[in-house]
Amino acid sequence: MSGPLAVRDVAGRIARDIPDGAYVNLGIGLPTLVADCVGEDKEVVYHSENGILGMGPAPAPGEEDPELINAGKQPVTLLPGGAFFHHTDAFLMMRGGHVDVTVLGAFQVSETGDLANWATDDATHPPAVGGAMDLAVGAKRVLVLTTHTTRSGEPKLLPRCTYPLTAAGVVDRVYTDLAVLDVTDSGFLVREMVAGLTREDLQGRTAAQLAFADDVAVLEPGQRE
Amino acid sequence: MIDKRVGSLADAVAGIEDGATVLVGGFGASGVPVELVHALLDQGTTDLTVVTNNAGSGETDVAALLRERRVRKIVCSYPRSAGSVWFEERWRAGEVELELVPQGTLSERMRAAAAGLGGFFTPTGADTRLAEGKEVRVIDGRRHVFEEPLPGDVALVRAARADRWGNLVYRTAARNFGPTMAAAAALTVVQVDEFVELGELDPEAIVTPGIFVDRVVRVGTA
Repeated sequence: MSGPLAVRDVAGRIARDIPDGAYVNLGIGLPTLVADCVGEDKEVVYHSENGILGMGPAPAPGEEDPELINAGKQPVTLLPGGAFFHHTDAFLMMRGGHVDVTVLGAFQVSETGDLANWATDDATHPPAVGGAMDLAVGAKRVLVLTTHTTRSGEPKLLPRCTYPLTAAGVVDRVYTDLAVLDVTDSGFLVREMVAGLTREDLQGRTAAQLAFADDVAVLEPGQRE
Repeated sequence: MIDKRVGSLADAVAGIEDGATVLVGGFGASGVPVELVHALLDQGTTDLTVVTNNAGSGETDVAALLRERRVRKIVCSYPRSAGSVWFEERWRAGEVELELVPQGTLSERMRAAAAGLGGFFTPTGADTRLAEGKEVRVIDGRRHVFEEPLPGDVALVRAARADRWGNLVYRTAARNFGPTMAAAAALTVVQVDEFVELGELDPEAIVTPGIFVDRVVRVGTA
């Protein structure tokens, strides 16, 4: 098997890096796929910015509670042991470094770990930031789930972001459909790559300069743990 | 005798003046004090500054205030949603001013007002365009942005149950901004599904103590 991974497979790869016992906040949209991939052998407590710890999966059809929703406004459930709290405490947990891991989407990531995921310069739509900045500055580990390039092939991993920043110097690791890269003091370090891709190919799709780990592993198509 | 219960939605919003800063609870459609906002609409109050996480959706609550041109300025974190038609229309036409605030900063600015603090330094937003023009201080090696308190003249909040002292409990994630907003406004008005007798709410489980609440009104059939 070779070539770019499907997003679900990238989510599955991220799930392997979520430790047992972690308090985790998944950004809205694609990052929520990670929860579906975390194995049943791990106990992970999901946090939602609107005041939930111990958030469970979507309810069965017909069982939705319109007030019990996640950050993306989708209906969710509460697991035994879960708790509700108010917004200021929810963000205290995020900003104050109490959340162990967050998984966020990105428009761009820079080689110094700057994250741009809240705004493009499209002035025809009103800007909206939500909780992205609080989560990016506060979570102990910031993981990014993104495609390696835009749909039109523009690199998303850059020396400097050109879109407005969400936060500076916060990203720890990036998981794309082509590679897993750590953000280090000297820039992006490739840890894993999909089979069938050369280092030159990967560099060709990346605007930032890449370094490669001594033992670059094959980025395996993810699967449910 | 303390009795914060009022008999009608009109009484609940009576006296709220044009030009007021109104904190409106809710996150998406969860915990929004829809009936109180509509009572404010019916009362004709206008030129409002509305502080709320989203900017309403469809034709109800804050979206209705925007549609009827009652809002001069909106302070929020995420005004864009599938149904935020009226916000977008008024914003594009330049008819409503937008102050975009990161969600945690929005909540904490209201908390600071509630707590009598003159503001706070936060790492959220540092080095972004939302910090432009704000004081920056390096604290423990990290850049922090100074944020000012955000008090309300009025807070409109939705809770599940109240007693006549205004003690409140909420339902699931509908709690969201309610406790912070209730404490951050000069006049706090709460709509609940149910009134209970004094002493009936478990004192260990009261979320908003009545000291923060001025008026409670019962809405619905519970």
